[in-house]
Amino acid sequence: MRVLTAAVAMVVGFSLSPAFTLAPSAVAAAPGETIAAAARKVVKLYGAGGVRGLEAYQSGILVSPDGRIVTVMSTVLDADEVTCVLDDGRRYPATLVGVDPRRELAVLSIGGEDLPAFVLDEADPVPLGTRILALSNLFGVAVGDERVSAQHGVIAGLVPLEARRGAYEAPYRGDVYILDCTTNNPGSPGGALVDWRGRLVGMLGKELRATSTGVWLNYALPVAEVARGASEIVSGAVSQPASAAVVAFDPAAIGVVFVPDVLDKTPPFIESTRVGSAAAKAGLVPDDLVVAVNGRAVSSRSAVREAVGRLGNGDPVRLTVIRGGAIVECDLGPKPPAAGTP
Amino acid sequence: MYRPSRRPARRQPTLSVALAVASSLAGIAIVQAQDVAASVRQAERTRVTTIAKASQAAVAIFAGDAGGGSGVLVSPDGYALTNFHVVQPAGVAMKCGLADGRLYDAVLVGLDPTGDVALVKLLGRDDFPFAELADSDLVEVGDFCFAAGNPFLLATDFQPSISAGIVSGVHRYQFPAGTILEYADCLQVDAAINPGNSGGALFDARGHVIGVNGRASFEKRGRVNVGVGYAISANQLRNFLGFLKGGRLVDHATLGATVATAEDGRVMVSDILESSDAYRRGLRYDDEIVSLAGRNVRTVNAFKNVLGTLPAGWRVPLVFRRGGRRMEILVRLAGVHRQAELAKVVAGENPAGKERGPDESPESDKEGERKEAMPPLPEAIRGLYASRSGFTNHHFNLVERDRVALALARRADVGGRRGTWRLAGRLASGEPFRIELSDTKGVIDLPTGTSTVDATGELDANPSPPGSGGMLAALLLWRRLLLDGPQQLGRTDYWGTQPLDPMALGEFSSPVMIDVLETAVAGIEAHVAVAADGAVTRIDLWTAPDADPCEVVLASPAPAAGLADGVPGRIDVRHGDKAFGTFIIEETVFDPEPAEREAVPAGGGTS
Repeated sequence: MRVLTAAVAMVVGFSLSPAFTLAPSAVAAAPGETIAAAARKVVKLYGAGGVRGLEAYQSGILVSPDGRIVTVMSTVLDADEVTCVLDDGRRYPATLVGVDPRRELAVLSIGGEDLPAFVLDEADPVPLGTRILALSNLFGVAVGDERVSAQHGVIAGLVPLEARRGAYEAPYRGDVYILDCTTNNPGSPGGALVDWRGRLVGMLGKELRATSTGVWLNYALPVAEVARGASEIVSGAVSQPASAAVVAFDPAAIGVVFVPDVLDKTPPFIESTRVGSAAAKAGLVPDDLVVAVNGRAVSSRSAVREAVGRLGNGDPVRLTVIRGGAIVECDLGPKPPAAGTP
Repeated sequence: MYRPSRRPARRQPTLSVALAVASSLAGIAIVQAQDVAASVRQAERTRVTTIAKASQAAVAIFAGDAGGGSGVLVSPDGYALTNFHVVQPAGVAMKCGLADGRLYDAVLVGLDPTGDVALVKLLGRDDFPFAELADSDLVEVGDFCFAAGNPFLLATDFQPSISAGIVSGVHRYQFPAGTILEYADCLQVDAAINPGNSGGALFDARGHVIGVNGRASFEKRGRVNVGVGYAISANQLRNFLGFLKGGRLVDHATLGATVATAEDGRVMVSDILESSDAYRRGLRYDDEIVSLAGRNVRTVNAFKNVLGTLPAGWRVPLVFRRGGRRMEILVRLAGVHRQAELAKVVAGENPAGKERGPDESPESDKEGERKEAMPPLPEAIRGLYASRSGFTNHHFNLVERDRVALALARRADVGGRRGTWRLAGRLASGEPFRIELSDTKGVIDLPTGTSTVDATGELDANPSPPGSGGMLAALLLWRRLLLDGPQQLGRTDYWGTQPLDPMALGEFSSPVMIDVLETAVAGIEAHVAVAADGAVTRIDLWTAPDADPCEVVLASPAPAAGLADGVPGRIDVRHGDKAFGTFIIEETVFDPEPAEREAVPAGGGTS
């Protein structure tokens, strides 16, 4: 029986693995050539970290010939200077152009000219079963002019992301590609997901687990989302570099006034609501205790500010409050844009 | 012997299950067999055949309660490569299963603790299935590859598990992780490498061995595959194979210098030992390293990669730059570790290893001279294991030494040549020379004068002729080796293999290798290179450690020279950076008996 199982696994492996012997018409280029060309557009990034569980390196992708780089927003970028090493070993200091806290994207710039770059387009998602190659500096194994690592796999799913790591919950809830190769490794976030023609399909996501099962997720943000996020960052539609972390939301924008914040964890009791505001319309009243924002538990004033801050502009805001021992849900409508202060 | 039932006809159900699973996983529509292009089906058949053939060479190694792993047969007489860390807990004897369903006894032959490589020999057949070592420098990122091994020790019926993938990276450097184990210049793969795959082969699409899987990056999920495995390259394995076959406890090499990256990215010498050969050959602090062993060095990792694949004692070309001047030298590499250090690593947490630790008696090559603490050897390997300091299994050193001795004896028909050997000819300058070698003395007549060495005493006292570093001693050694064989020559061991032409390293990634004997006699130490045809082609002779050896290169004569068989047509002698002389031999005389001491005029070669 064991032999049978092994044989099945073997044949399945091959059915899914790159068929290097496919007829020429089926594949534009040999994987080696595709990898070699695509890897030139993937960079190694070095910044803050180096403590247990938080690596000081990740990957990024070049998206313009003048050296604009998209990567994941992470603590690696919380450094005075982020160093970017190109495929050919050239080193550049990278400056942060901006971040998209909802998609957890960051755009960096290294200057330069005539650099090889991916095309960021709002392409339709690729079909399930599409063969892909994942290019990233996993485990930081490539240094200097050494090429980033290549892994192969297929697009196994396109599903909304529900992921977390410890207490941290991923703010992005849109669709991501689920991959059948292990890309959930230190250094992989920010790497390129390309098809067998070398076209950018997505960007490798962070090291996260599925909220419901705790399984480490191998996922990538589809290129269209990467493109939208990058374009919003560059056009200034989302937050500026000074606030790399989540932008705390000022509850005054929805008409909520909390009790004065005097403790480390001041309970988020509502002191008053502004007349005619979203909060008043939603029925919030003084002495309501906010216990959850959009279903996520909060225990302090600052947690409410952060939780609302994580929501995208225009996303619906729903507060769960305790009033006289009962739980009450209050819908406040769409989150107002950029009213927050850091 | 455990022999499970073999191969029921089950291809049809297997394939249909596989297709169904594949389709449901990947959302691919089930394709009718007739819709698949003939070329694709042919490729699939080829792949199935290749994997089936490669599987025959896969070894499931069982180390009893201590676990086990995988290996791969590389010769029909049963030599199999695996990892040091796989065999370490097993001791000197182990059981190995093959895909034929049979369990074989195996004996430990050689260890390379630094490179995490071990060589074992399966017993009982001389027609084992085996796999060829490929040229791993030709492997490219994206190449198809597959691993055949024993992950999680699943192979209770010895059928290897196959995992397929692509080459993710080449020339990777993996730092020693808390041990001396260093993975230099390794291949990185996304084929699943799990615990138990260690020691098994990584095959290319042709079913040739491109590496031995030995390490993987594990992290938050525990010790399971995360798509990042590392294999020791076939080319590194090939470099060490001769030493491992000689039963050695192998050491890796150091240049005697460290390098660092300068601000502008150049790789510079940051420190150098004055006792190193590199220093004596002219390498200095702040020189820029350009290439090592024929491979370009552009990063510190690249330097470590090249060095990590080379055995201690090899001579390799080194190119460096100083102030715009490019210089090329041949450097003899020293060992990284002391033998005691290596023995300690082997002993490790391993009681079996401790028993084959340092043994003070250098002549304890016979079974039965082992320490009393040693438990009796398993019956299966009796007579195939001998403990000795510096060796993993000295028995196999004798096997290799005797193989070389046989080649020497076949080549040099020395019957009737036990008397004085007289060689005469001309130097490159055209001036005459005369050499006389006997049991009692060595004499050389040169235009600059005559030198004599007492062949019965210590040979290191007075290296003669002056400036040669010990040419007469080397020639006396050569004569004694041919007359008496290596068994009778002081302490002579099989050393290993080295490239026939070190300068060609890098030009050919599979350099021609030549056997080398190591001898210590009469105060000198020497390396004697013996070609496959039994001709002695080179002698390096040291009269003191850490000094430059006398290098004697013996070239075969042109067929028309009319010289006796086994006599070189030309001898080149070097010492340090200086060429001492070129000796073109025109006449040879061999006296039949040692009793004849009178000088015989040179001329009239005998056969």
